[in-house]
Amino acid sequence: MNPLAALFMRDLKLAGRVGGGAGIGVLFFLIVIVLTPFAIGPDLALLARIGPAILWLGALLASLLTLDRLIAADAEDGSLDLILTGQTPLELAVATKALAHWLSTGLPLVIATPLFALLMNLDSQASLAVALTLLAGTPALTFIGLLGAALSVTLRRGGLLLTVLVLPLTVPVLIFGVSASNAAIVGPLPFGTPFTILCALTLVSFVVGTFAAAAALRHGIE
Amino acid sequence: MLLLDLANPTRFLTLVQRALPWLIGATAVAFTAGLYLAANAPDDYQQGATVKIMFVHVPAAWLAMGIWTLMSIAALGTLVWRHPLADVAAKAAVPVGAAFTLICLVTGMLWGRPMWGAYWVWDARLTSVLILFLMYLGLIALWRTVDDPSRAGRAAAILTLVGAINLPIIKFSVDWWNTLHQPASVLRLAGPAIHPTILIPLLIMAFAFALLFVTLHLAAMRNEILRRRVRTLMLMQAQAAPGSAA
Amino acid sequence: MRLEASDLACVRGGREVFAGLRFAVAGGEALMVTGRNGAGKSSLLRMIAGLVRVAAGRLALTGGADDLPLAEQAHYLGHQDALKPSLTVEENLDFWARYLGTGDGAPAALAAVGLDTVAKLPAGYLSAGQRRRLSIARLVAIKRPIWLLDEPASALDRAAQDRLAELMRGHLAGGGLIVAAAHGPIGLEGARELQLGATG
Repeated sequence: MNPLAALFMRDLKLAGRVGGGAGIGVLFFLIVIVLTPFAIGPDLALLARIGPAILWLGALLASLLTLDRLIAADAEDGSLDLILTGQTPLELAVATKALAHWLSTGLPLVIATPLFALLMNLDSQASLAVALTLLAGTPALTFIGLLGAALSVTLRRGGLLLTVLVLPLTVPVLIFGVSASNAAIVGPLPFGTPFTILCALTLVSFVVGTFAAAAALRHGIE
Repeated sequence: MLLLDLANPTRFLTLVQRALPWLIGATAVAFTAGLYLAANAPDDYQQGATVKIMFVHVPAAWLAMGIWTLMSIAALGTLVWRHPLADVAAKAAVPVGAAFTLICLVTGMLWGRPMWGAYWVWDARLTSVLILFLMYLGLIALWRTVDDPSRAGRAAAILTLVGAINLPIIKFSVDWWNTLHQPASVLRLAGPAIHPTILIPLLIMAFAFALLFVTLHLAAMRNEILRRRVRTLMLMQAQAAPGSAA
Repeated sequence: MRLEASDLACVRGGREVFAGLRFAVAGGEALMVTGRNGAGKSSLLRMIAGLVRVAAGRLALTGGADDLPLAEQAHYLGHQDALKPSLTVEENLDFWARYLGTGDGAPAALAAVGLDTVAKLPAGYLSAGQRRRLSIARLVAIKRPIWLLDEPASALDRAAQDRLAELMRGHLAGGGLIVAAAHGPIGLEGARELQLGATG
């Protein structure tokens, strides 16, 4: 098995074991969705109108809040030192970790979306549209968050600092994610335009997030 | 005396082993009778055959609340009396309780669909059950995060008790929130007066559900005790390995 | 093979830890780095492993695999064990064997440190000494010519220390090179000593 496959499998295994925290993200997502009507009232027409936005916000916060242990856990137990002495380029290693993280926490959010969309009174076409945009957009959130995860290691501060640093960077993804969903539901824009931009943002974030995170970790070496 | 006997996990295990086949049989019989009676119960003149969902929905709702009550008693057992089986009972009840709550929610949604025209409306009762479901999931997350059962057990016990105190407050708040936003025109799921032709199958179904819970709970407790034994054996094996004292 | 340092300096957090350091170690030789706390023993090892920046001077390896950087020919055994408590002993070692090498030597390495009987247990159940031995198994499982050992004998009992000394002698006999930081003897009697912080 090649080193990256080994790293990928290890991170997936860790996510599934005790203390791994797979599933917590989905639970957080659900709680955000449930809290919204308590704040704005149970008006079904209103909920259906803002549903895509709330689902996107919930998924965004859930993606980012689960990220702070992604690299910090490896830094604390010394694994990161060994990963740095490996022959695999650091960029590929962090990208692999992000991919495993997306698979164990991002993908479940996408799968849960059509179900949670029922709470927001979205019809099946609308909820599929939101799920599709999240499928295209959550990898971008993970890879943008990867930079935050790397920074929180080099700055030795996790949690909220990461979120504060990274949230502004997610604005474009949120804009095009929500507008693509709305385009599919009410128009007038064609779905394809914002969706294509969303996919482009995701591809850009693969590159930028990976290289920025690796650079942050390298510069963390005193 | 009985409680003391049961406090011994080995005696408890033999008892469970002997009781389980009978319980499974009794559950099957109760469900057969309950489902047969429910199938032959008269349809509602307004709702038609959908009213039959009630025979699953209502017992599940009762159990969803009853299991949290049971867990609260078990939590007292963990914190106050330090009964060795209390946190095993509490832990084993959580996934079962969550499952019954989910059944209640899903059947509620299926029932609501023809009546409300949507799978989910923020009806006060369903919403309260949804919050209860979230609290069950939170407990599952807690148990899955901490490896040491005694440490997780005490934390879970405190959370369970706080939840039990908070549940009426949550229920009251949700009711208040709901009436604030919607006039009292919300269709009630079950009228106050239930005809005996419906009440009797309902009670039998509730009995069947309770038996199902007892069966699943005892089996889950047995599994949990065995799981903890495996854990202890593994710890002992690690200690027995050469050079572990250093 | 020869590891050579000339006028090496280390700065951490704006403070100069050491400067003007020079030493040379050849294959088959061991270097014991000693000195008081804070003299820079760990920093020196981490610098060779590429985990601390070289502030001034030169650190060069000659006669190794030319296409690989120094850090990728070295095993770094630090204070932390780099083990995941929820993975089993076997899974932990297997992962590092695959990530750092080809992954073939793992079962034999477990037997070499006497942990083959607990291979299927979660690493979280191990004692500090057993975890240390599991880290040492990594050195055996993947062949790398340079061993950088930071207090390798800490938490090890008498028997395990002897076993470690045996492994280190075997590594030296095979032409390997060891740089170890330690306060006390670790069973490398013939090793040269590099004292940090004495002359500055």
